[in-house]
Amino acid sequence: MSETRSWTPDEMMTVAAARLLWDGCVCFVGIGLPSAAANLARHTHAPDIVLIYESGTIGSRPDVLPLSIGDGELAETATAIVSLPEVFAYWLQGGRVDVGFLGAAQIDRFGNLNSTVIGEYARPRTRLPGGGGAPEIATHARQTFVVLKHSPRSLVPKPDFVTSAGFFEGRGSRARAGAPGAGPRVVITDLGLLRPEAGSEELVLAARYENVDVDEIRRATGWPLRTADPVEVVAPPTGDELRILRDLHERTRRAHHRPSPLPV
Amino acid sequence: MPELSLTEAIATHVRDGQTLALEGFTHLIPFAAGHEIVRQGRRDLHLVRMTPDLVYDQMIGAGCARALTFSWGGNPGVGSLHRLRDAVEHGWPTPLAIHEHAHAGMAAAYAAGASNLPFGVLRGSPGTDLPRVNDEIRTVTCPYTGETLTTVPALRPDVTILHGQRADRKGNVLMRGIVGIQKEAALAARVLLVTVEEIVDDLGATMNALVLPHWVVTAVSSVPGGAWPSYAQGHYPRDNAFYRAWDTVARDRESFTGWMGRHVLGTASHADFLRSLEAAGGEAPR
Repeated sequence: MSETRSWTPDEMMTVAAARLLWDGCVCFVGIGLPSAAANLARHTHAPDIVLIYESGTIGSRPDVLPLSIGDGELAETATAIVSLPEVFAYWLQGGRVDVGFLGAAQIDRFGNLNSTVIGEYARPRTRLPGGGGAPEIATHARQTFVVLKHSPRSLVPKPDFVTSAGFFEGRGSRARAGAPGAGPRVVITDLGLLRPEAGSEELVLAARYENVDVDEIRRATGWPLRTADPVEVVAPPTGDELRILRDLHERTRRAHHRPSPLPV
Repeated sequence: MPELSLTEAIATHVRDGQTLALEGFTHLIPFAAGHEIVRQGRRDLHLVRMTPDLVYDQMIGAGCARALTFSWGGNPGVGSLHRLRDAVEHGWPTPLAIHEHAHAGMAAAYAAGASNLPFGVLRGSPGTDLPRVNDEIRTVTCPYTGETLTTVPALRPDVTILHGQRADRKGNVLMRGIVGIQKEAALAARVLLVTVEEIVDDLGATMNALVLPHWVVTAVSSVPGGAWPSYAQGHYPRDNAFYRAWDTVARDRESFTGWMGRHVLGTASHADFLRSLEAAGGEAPR
């Protein structure tokens, strides 16, 4: 039996993210926590959520979480499979995505994301995988949700590289630059939720998890974090949410560690 | 369309210094062809691929490449491509010039190449730093609306290599499942090499299936299992356990070189390579 009176920060974060998705929502989803949250939503309150993976699978309903963006499971359970030029041009740039769900290594107070490089681009301290679909997802989805772990190294005053734009310098600069989507609606961390403040578009602390205090969140943020008034408290995961999420992770773990016979 | 052994196909059509695209978005990645290029010791290649994946990690670590055009360079769901990182961060085994795009831009660049256009056009991503580090990402003013649009130069590989499920005796090639950028990469190239799971009398293609007609295919090679450890829908699944294990193999130069020496350079064909891994059992990281 799962212990449902305690949970990990990752589980809290996944549950908080899943709750923000709605039934019928069209979600362009990245691998990792975004995919876990989107599938948790599909298995709980949003059975008709439409998941689009950038490999071109539209309406995927995977039973186990994919390790890659293009696992066979995503293709086998999709409503339609389209080519890459099509998924990016007709579906994303075409304006058919409600929520773009992204992770990143760094974010600044205006929701600009770095997933390219730590240090100088030409002489990187750490070379990260790069943008992939994210720059266009951040631009064209009607809104974006961002998930990352809270630390002064990830919530930074100035990212080393802007891979995917948020609100630029705030105060309407994104809209003036002509980005079709509205930008980050919420940043989900392992401590709480940040949302853009009306007007300034600066991310402020909107909600915290039950056992986390505001000072701790401030200390984990690389800029002087302002807070909404009041800061809401996110309800802890329910027994059902935890059970369904843990089952999903367990099915996934078993599937991904099972050695496949070599095609000899 | 000649049917060639993979060894002959690479020996005949792939030259040092060429621009080479091995495509397949997570699915149908032509690993066997990549390994054969390593075996034949090709050098100074400009490798093009949206997601370098393990196949380019191996080719870069083996010293085949001088440049890489790409749009996402990780081990999907696992983390870094350590050989790619070592080349970019430390120039090992040789320095690697990188030309970086976003997926949408690279997809547009291949589509432009296939369409015989000089550039691909997209709305782009205002605010991204990518154009700052890749001066090939430029803009054009729309002659109809006056809007500023992003452009990327057409990709025209000297050689594109793909893996498909099937070819028929004439060389028509069938692919099904996630088709990624395969058709565009095929038609953008001057030479198209394809490896397939099987060569059959009748493709059995359904209407609207992705079929590359034989007269755009330069050579077909029968290489069962040729996409492993990626997958071929309907034949074998993606070996996610191997993708995880690769993280350890590729993390340091010595273990990488040892693995490549034993399983790729030390084998004569893809069938040999698979047997070598099989024989290594638990000792080989898979």
